[in-house]
Amino acid sequence: MDPIHVAGTDKGRVMLFALSTCGWCARTKELLNDLGVAYDYVFVDQLPREEMERVYADMMKRYNPLGSFPTVVINGRVIVGYKEEDIREALI
Amino acid sequence: MPPPSDAEIEREYLRLKKEAEAGGYHLNPDRAFVNGLVSGLLANTGRYGYPSCPCRLAAGVRERDLDIVCPCDYRDPDLTEYGACYCALYVSGEIAAGKKKAGAVPERRPPGGPKKKETPATGIGALPFPVWRCRVCGYLCARDGPPEVCPVCKAKSDRFERFI
Repeated sequence: MDPIHVAGTDKGRVMLFALSTCGWCARTKELLNDLGVAYDYVFVDQLPREEMERVYADMMKRYNPLGSFPTVVINGRVIVGYKEEDIREALI
Repeated sequence: MPPPSDAEIEREYLRLKKEAEAGGYHLNPDRAFVNGLVSGLLANTGRYGYPSCPCRLAAGVRERDLDIVCPCDYRDPDLTEYGACYCALYVSGEIAAGKKKAGAVPERRPPGGPKKKETPATGIGALPFPVWRCRVCGYLCARDGPPEVCPVCKAKSDRFERFI
């Protein structure tokens, strides 16, 4: 999997697992863009089927057993769903 | 696949709005947000052949995704508890009127989807017909099999479960 990198201020490792069709995922991406931080993201639904299953299983095992989107990992802290305050706080 | 055009999104939005209002439901008043979801629903219909929830990862097999075909099985409990469905496409009257804002709704779908459950063939006494329940709107009917489409919400027959 090659996540897409968005350039910005380095706040550590910020990884977003998202769906291209999801409104809350879009909100999360907009928030990260507005905050101007560097991050990586992957649209899991747009991956080829085999890779999708691998990435999804890995996301569930490592970060979010519910398998829900968006899942943001900020320096090891996992934030499930669009939680603006939590994301802002984790990026300080 | 090219993304749906603005005209297609508008057409589908109006159809969903009409259907929602006819059934006593409300769409989220945030048009930009809803346009994104409608675009996602159209994209999923193009990809899978059915409008699976834009905020959930579909298996791509209708039988496995039945509970997340929009309107999903979780819409009503989420509306009752949080005032919005998981995607926030459907919202409560209060949110529709702008008195409250929709927020993140925790996922209530079991990971990977619900387990198939066997409905016992015997229920209350000996009924002359089995009772079928539409999982989308709760419509009940007593007949040999479920109707082709739900007469109330127009969900297809595979969204029905045997109730009694």
